[in-house]
Amino acid sequence: MATATEQWVLVEMVQALYEAPAYHLILEGILILWIIRLLFSKTYKLQERSDLTVKEKEELIEEWQPEPLVPPVPKDHPALNYNIVSGPPSHKIVVNGKECINFASFNFLGLLDNPRVKAAALASLKKYGVGTCGPRGFYGTFDVHLDLEDRLAKFMKTEEAIIYSYGFATIASAIPAYSKRGDIVFVDRAACFAIQKGLQASRSDIKLFKHNDMADLERLLKEQEIEDQKNPRKARVTRRFIVVEGLYMNTGTICPLPELIDDIDLISANMENALASIGGFCCGRSFVIDHQRLSGQGYCFSASLPPLLAAAAIEALNIMEENPGIFAVLKEKCRQIHKALQGISGLKVVGESFSPAFHLQLEESTRSREQDVRLLQEIVDQCMNKNIALTQARYLEKEEKCLPPPSIRVVVTVEQTEEELERAASTIKEVAQVVLL
Amino acid sequence: MEIDVVQWSSAEQSQGREPKQNGKPHFYDKLIVESFEEAPLHVVVFTYMAYGIGTLFGYLRDFLRNWGIEKCNAAVERKEQKDFVPLYQDFENFYTRNLYMRIRDNWNRPICSAPGPLFDVMERVSDDYNWTFRFTGRIIKDVINMGSYNFLGLADKYDESMKTIKDVLEVYGTGVASTRHEMGTLDKHKELEDLVAKFLNVEAAMVFGMGFATNSMNIPALVGKGCLILSDELNHTSLVLGARLSGATIRVFKHNNTQSLEKLLRDAVIYGQPRTRRAWKKILILVEGTYSMEGSIVHLPQILALKKKYKAYLYIDEAHSIGAVGPTGRGVTEFFGLDPHEVDVLMGTFTKSFGASGGYIAGRKDLVDYLRVHSHSAVYATSMSPPIAEQIIRSLKFIMGLDGTTQGLQRVQQLAKNTRYFRQRLQEMGFIIYGNENASVVPLLLYMPGKVAAFARHMLQEKKIGVVVVGFPATPLAEARARFCVSASHTREMLDTVLEALDETGDLLRLKYSRHKKSARPELYDETSFELED
Repeated sequence: MATATEQWVLVEMVQALYEAPAYHLILEGILILWIIRLLFSKTYKLQERSDLTVKEKEELIEEWQPEPLVPPVPKDHPALNYNIVSGPPSHKIVVNGKECINFASFNFLGLLDNPRVKAAALASLKKYGVGTCGPRGFYGTFDVHLDLEDRLAKFMKTEEAIIYSYGFATIASAIPAYSKRGDIVFVDRAACFAIQKGLQASRSDIKLFKHNDMADLERLLKEQEIEDQKNPRKARVTRRFIVVEGLYMNTGTICPLPELIDDIDLISANMENALASIGGFCCGRSFVIDHQRLSGQGYCFSASLPPLLAAAAIEALNIMEENPGIFAVLKEKCRQIHKALQGISGLKVVGESFSPAFHLQLEESTRSREQDVRLLQEIVDQCMNKNIALTQARYLEKEEKCLPPPSIRVVVTVEQTEEELERAASTIKEVAQVVLL
Repeated sequence: MEIDVVQWSSAEQSQGREPKQNGKPHFYDKLIVESFEEAPLHVVVFTYMAYGIGTLFGYLRDFLRNWGIEKCNAAVERKEQKDFVPLYQDFENFYTRNLYMRIRDNWNRPICSAPGPLFDVMERVSDDYNWTFRFTGRIIKDVINMGSYNFLGLADKYDESMKTIKDVLEVYGTGVASTRHEMGTLDKHKELEDLVAKFLNVEAAMVFGMGFATNSMNIPALVGKGCLILSDELNHTSLVLGARLSGATIRVFKHNNTQSLEKLLRDAVIYGQPRTRRAWKKILILVEGTYSMEGSIVHLPQILALKKKYKAYLYIDEAHSIGAVGPTGRGVTEFFGLDPHEVDVLMGTFTKSFGASGGYIAGRKDLVDYLRVHSHSAVYATSMSPPIAEQIIRSLKFIMGLDGTTQGLQRVQQLAKNTRYFRQRLQEMGFIIYGNENASVVPLLLYMPGKVAAFARHMLQEKKIGVVVVGFPATPLAEARARFCVSASHTREMLDTVLEALDETGDLLRLKYSRHKKSARPELYDETSFELED
């Protein structure tokens, strides 16, 4: 009988009220009244700037002066006076009106000038025109792209490959597709700018290890393991990646691959240097590569590679597969010039002896970077006068994480004859002696 | 039931200023009409139901696959790495595995001819419900192309007018193999940059090899920490990536909504940076000329007025509007009759109207000089390939009339005519179309995922018309659409064929949701006099 029990409880309550001491009742009454007051009083914000009058707001808007959109650039900045190349950037290059031998473009296999490559591009131009007018998802996939992806996968002996229309965007889109906020990436200090941008876009934790120092990497990995044991739940959802470069552009050295790993998940490469085309590709197992087809930003949201450039890349691959001997020739030339450039007073050679792109740095740098850059530029200009085209390695000084020291980059290509290599080496020696002493 | 037909005159908005074009006063008095009709309620309900049922089936299939009852066709991780943390989050891939896979034959369709008004699609079939495809070897020839961004019809197979490209290819080759700062600046690039600046009527321009990278590598060079970026809701991924990489604070305003933008600007200028209350160093407004998913054109006169009042800088991405919008194809500034010098940074791409690839940034000379020194792309990325540069030079000369003919101008006008005709006919038929009546990108709303697949497949296989359909995540979940790109090289017959096919398909799939069917005949009772006009 519910009502009877209710009544009974009510009776008990009323009895308790009569029996309670007076101060207790008064206290409770005051508390109840206070609560009612708080419930009905208006809430108010902290008095900050919300009491600005309209007139004051208008004044603030009038007074505010932003910085200029771009700060002024000094007129004699070297980047404003580029070297202008008239004609093709091939072995004999015409820079600023002077014909020189090209030691600056990354034309490793000399395919920029190859007639077969040009003929293949021309055939493609005739059939497809120039542009693709759409990203890969919306009728921008041509049969040439599919062919190129197959050929690249076969050449690199992997399951699948995916091509991008711009070399820089390749690695800068691949990294954020896999590594997200909260993941950990171990990357070498000398990684190039594209990798740095990819890491920045991925918002992951970045741990740098000393260049090519496997002991340092191991130390970092062990530290990470200790962290994991402290927090196993977090460790179960954090992915870990290691990013290294095959041939470091900033130092000309090679990563110690056998010590590092027994199988590679993703290889990313650039078709703009040896393959005489534009763009880049990633290759690896299908499980890994297929993910980029939906989440690689530079792939999904950008127009595909023009077919004539894809055809040029296929022909370049053909040439590479038909004459595997050119790689040995290139290696020999690298060794030759590396030896010839040893022992220049004031300049030291940085890079492996078989690396086709290496750096010449000042042995003793003056204190200021600007002064170093100026000295090296002097050397480059005088070499240019003697018909050897060289360039300094350019960096964005404020944006790089670990800025490499200023240097001259020398590129060896298959087309350079032995005497040209000797001449280059002796020219650099002479000029260095004049400028640095 | 909301309809948003906005009709306003740009002459009123510019408050009596006389914008000058080539030194002559220019009044642009046209009424601007755009509409974004909302779907009827039952359609929205059914759409969400469809996604719900799809999700349930997805869970069911995942369960079956897990327990081995159903064969799993997806690629899997290596045995040795199975105890690593999984590379992809299971849930992230849920949508891909269970919803996208079923209809993914509508995307990435390979073609084997130039992307002109007619093209050849390679036929592919799948034996295992779209997990793998194989090519039958047959080619579906002469499919009408309503999917490629070929606004002026300049992307076509080789003809004699492209002889200069052949010459450049033979002399220069295909690659450059160096960056702009090092040995990669060719005389072709300088020629191209001068021509682009002349085309846009600004002081200087700089070109880059990829349109996406133009945004993502130059916005960080212009703004940094301590600056504010106000970006439109529906901006392209490249703009969002560039804004994120710059490190500036980003605030988003509602799509094309000047009140929302003004409120953000006022708050920014009055209250400054959050917590420290210091003034912002710079404020940059990021908008696009034409938004390709909505078909809307930016409300430029109002944004310029706001920009002047609050002293912000304006960055317009004219990827879809350069060459396609405006009486001579110079973009949104010309469309509204405004001076291009008033916009701080004009950015665009060469992929859509010029039939090539790459992007540019144009503006005052000090801006372009600064970018030449500090742009990430100029220092680290290869410069543009010479035959591509030549194609852009050829297209620019064609549109500007520098090759001695008026064909370029005729094409721009033909595009405008085609666009208006196409949009008008679609609205008369009763479809829901989004966007401005002058935008050549026409989104037609489909809403339901099943209809998306049916539409695309029916149009290709039965009617031989190639269309592009887009769904989540490029659009909101319930607003899947088909997107047509009208081109100047579409003849009236082709457009009529497409419209007839759309009519039939619309009846078959019941896509005519609009409640404002406009009649083809003008209202006679609005006429004030019935005299014959000669």
